[in-house]
Amino acid sequence: MDKDFVLWPEQASTLASRVDNIYLFLVAVSVFFTALIFFLIYLFAVKYRRKSEDDVPKEISGLLQLELVWSIIPLILVLIVFVWGATIYFDSYTPPADAMEIYVVGKQWMWHIQHPTGEREINELHVPTGQAVKLTMTSEDVIHSFYVPAFRTKKDVVPGRYSTMWFKAIKPGEYHLFCAEYCGTKHSEMIGKVVVMTPADYQNWLAGGPASEPMEVTGEKKFQQLACHTCHTDKPNARGPSLVGVFGESVLLKGGRSVIADEDYIRESILNPKAKITAGYQPVMPTFKGQISEVGLLQITAYLKSLAKEGNQ
Amino acid sequence: MSEATAVKEHISHEHHGFMNTYIFSLDHKMIGKQFLLLGLIMLLLGGGLALLVRWQLAYPEQPLPLIGASQHYLETGEAETAMDSYWDSELSKTEDEQGWLVQKMPVGIITPAFYNALFTMHATIMVFFVVMPILVGAFGNYLIPLMIGTRDMAFPLLNMLSFWIAVVSGAIMLAGFFVPGGHAATGWTGYPPLSTDPAWTGVDWGQNLWCISLIVLGISSLMGSINYITTIINMRAPGMTYMRMPMVIWALFIVAILLLLALPVLTAALAMLVFDRLAGTTFFNPAGGGDPLLWQHLFWFFGHPEVYILILPGMGITSEILPVFSRKPIFGYKAMVLAMASLAFLSWIVWGHHMFQSGMNPSMGMTFMITTMVIAVPSAIKTFNWLGTLWGGSIRFTVPMLNSLAFVSMFVIGGLSGIFMASSAVDIFIHDTYYIVAHIHYVVFGGSIFAIFAGVYYWFPKMFGRMMNEPLAKVHFWLSFIAFNCTFFPMHILGVGGHMRRIYNPMQYEFLQQFEHMNIFITMSAFALGLTQLILLFNVFHSMFRGKKAGDNPWNANTLEWTAATPPPHGNFDAIPTVHHAPYEYSAPGISEDWLSQTNELQPTNGNGH
Ligand code: HEC
Ligand code: HEM
Ligand SMILES: [Cu+2]
Ligand SMILES: [Cu+2]
Repeated sequence: MDKDFVLWPEQASTLASRVDNIYLFLVAVSVFFTALIFFLIYLFAVKYRRKSEDDVPKEISGLLQLELVWSIIPLILVLIVFVWGATIYFDSYTPPADAMEIYVVGKQWMWHIQHPTGEREINELHVPTGQAVKLTMTSEDVIHSFYVPAFRTKKDVVPGRYSTMWFKAIKPGEYHLFCAEYCGTKHSEMIGKVVVMTPADYQNWLAGGPASEPMEVTGEKKFQQLACHTCHTDKPNARGPSLVGVFGESVLLKGGRSVIADEDYIRESILNPKAKITAGYQPVMPTFKGQISEVGLLQITAYLKSLAKEGNQ
Repeated sequence: MSEATAVKEHISHEHHGFMNTYIFSLDHKMIGKQFLLLGLIMLLLGGGLALLVRWQLAYPEQPLPLIGASQHYLETGEAETAMDSYWDSELSKTEDEQGWLVQKMPVGIITPAFYNALFTMHATIMVFFVVMPILVGAFGNYLIPLMIGTRDMAFPLLNMLSFWIAVVSGAIMLAGFFVPGGHAATGWTGYPPLSTDPAWTGVDWGQNLWCISLIVLGISSLMGSINYITTIINMRAPGMTYMRMPMVIWALFIVAILLLLALPVLTAALAMLVFDRLAGTTFFNPAGGGDPLLWQHLFWFFGHPEVYILILPGMGITSEILPVFSRKPIFGYKAMVLAMASLAFLSWIVWGHHMFQSGMNPSMGMTFMITTMVIAVPSAIKTFNWLGTLWGGSIRFTVPMLNSLAFVSMFVIGGLSGIFMASSAVDIFIHDTYYIVAHIHYVVFGGSIFAIFAGVYYWFPKMFGRMMNEPLAKVHFWLSFIAFNCTFFPMHILGVGGHMRRIYNPMQYEFLQQFEHMNIFITMSAFALGLTQLILLFNVFHSMFRGKKAGDNPWNANTLEWTAATPPPHGNFDAIPTVHHAPYEYSAPGISEDWLSQTNELQPTNGNGH
């Protein structure tokens, strides 16, 4: 052990100090109550120890005022903690609008990272400081959990759906990345790191790697390869609906319901097209289950997202 | 039929030989003792598994003491000790011929696959085969008829079956250790998809047997709970109104209701899991349109009431013992009953606090957050009312009393750490770390197990007619109390330091290497804690035969079990008692003694609590 002992991981994200503050408040409250109760037990043990066999105490079987006091004080305290904690919790769930998107696929026993610009990493994630980063994550096999202690964040990565988490790193450095959800025999070897760089270093890093093609371009190629474009032709009488401008918008379904076309909806439309049928179309789209990987799905999604941006313009 | 002939009739079916008295007994007291024995045996086993887990965490991938190979053998391959030769000969065999031990821990080093089975089975055994059988099975069976003043349970045959089905379930669970592929290794929470497909863990029949065993155990618990509920509602002695019931009976009554409602949820989830594994359904498999999170909802919808099943009887036992040894009525009987009922009610609407990080909608998360926080209120009421019971008393520090005081103080720590985890922002940080492990053990060991100790020391004289050895019991208490805190308190620090639970080798993580010494300290304390329990076992079995003979009411307590002969005969009472008082009339003014049995007709002057 050559490093100093640290009580808890350093604070490397904007969330970290907020979580630590409420944590320290809770420590203070807990120490107070533990000390109070232990002191009372000790005091009563000394003061009311049986002195003789005919020592007869006063019969007290309750005192309403006291009982009210010790019900109401804890109630007020937990309400404070609730409001405070809920604010942080809510913020930790709501990525800012300008967040940079990065995609994560977990599998036994590694992390696969895909940047929108095309860079791919295994068990490493490079991000710039001062920039909110939103991760869209899924798993190819079992449940994993993306855990960066220094950021005080953790989110389960569940097969069959996308989960998201966001953080804004504040200090350049290397931080540990772990799988926190037990995921099979070599769960403890699922180790990675997050490399936080200054924006300038980050740009160099992006430029320095082998030339890579942006995700939406790969996605577009996949879209052609899998012959999606044969039906989704953008022509008025096409067999499938136009996908331009669909992402993020509300889609009317057969039967009158409507849904927001988010990542999960795109994914479901590709893997299980019969689950939700777009109004005005026949359920002719085949399933692509088994023909496309989780990363491939994310690339196609990135492509459809890029269509949405163009469509909105 | 008159009361007297009914008693004779009943008593005349006793003594049908060894089998009917000791094995297939219908007597609730014998069934209670059988559950106690089952629980104690499983406690040894479950504790042993935990010590193996602890060894690996402190000395990762090093040979176990005693049975492991020597350093010399590992370095040179030359056998030096007897164990070296054993490992040497086993390792030279083909894989099919190798023995069980060498597959699980070649040269005494635990493999990752076996490690995962160890922590899974430790928790499963402790929750389902130690704490439940002892608190609910043993104390429930033994105490309910005696304390409400009746001769037996409403359905003695069902009661006997409930025990033997639990034994069958235990046998199925243990069989899992010996099937190819090893025992279940998905954690006691068994999350799919890890648990649905043998491809993910390499475990096949181990997981199936795990599911089947728990389904069978569900049947046993269901039988028990129906019996408890019926007995308490219908068979209370004359005068034993609900508000004169001892607190432990209230606790067991509420627990029986929780069991009746919660276990079918687990059984249904387990059945779905078995179908997914064996029949090709996809309840939890996204590839077939299922949802892995469905399991988490079902499991915790059962799971949180389950943790109250584990603690409420302990609260009941404590509420029984504190008044007896403070010679004072329990402080705020009504509030105590209400607090338990509200804990039971709240336990149904908090399950989502185990899933804050699973990606649920934050508004949902906030709902679970507030409901969980509110649990602090009834918990605080209970704690302060226990303190109120001590206040102004005349306290005797007997061993049951010491263990009950440990229960109260450890429950305070466990409850407070619960609040940290209830505030979801903090929980997201500490979820799935050793902080959770610390919390669990403060409530389940610090709470339930110390309550078991208290209960065993307190009712042992009634159960076996002899007193336990007091000096030995004090040594056991103090060593347990100290070793327990040394084992589990540092885990809070590990957790906040980012030390995850369920990891095979913490030394693989650079940033956890600083915790090596703490892990070693914890492991040494855990071994001390384990060894200390041998004192308890010795004391129990020694006192059973050699202890000082106990009178009918060695503690001068008020409740009905102490009015029966010691040990109570088949049928319990000569005549069904009539109850005249609330259970905790200690030091009532106007009478000469400082206690007043529930059956005593005397009215204290100026008495209260009626
Ligand atoms: C055989 C023709 C056909 C092919 C090939 C096809 N689709 Fe479709 N797709 C449809 C039809 C028809 C619909 C609308 C009915 C429905 O929802 O199933 C649809 C709907 C969709 C939707 C939902 C859009 C909305 O507005 O609700 C998405 C997204 C989509 N397809 C993506 C793809 C992708 C990606 C591929 C290639 C991997 C693909 N489709 C291949 C016919 C096709
Ligand atoms: C004030 C009372 C309590 C509160 C607020 C509370 C809160 C919580 C929370 C929020 C969790 C989930 C933490 C996580 O996994 O991130 C948890 C886990 C747990 N609690 Fe409690 N709890 C309380 C009392 C108890 C009691 C009385 C018991 C049992 C006797 C108990 C047993 C457990 C167990 C076994 C787990 C871990 C389950 C697992 O993940 O394996 N808790 N508690
Ligand atoms: Cu993992
Ligand atoms: Cu819970």
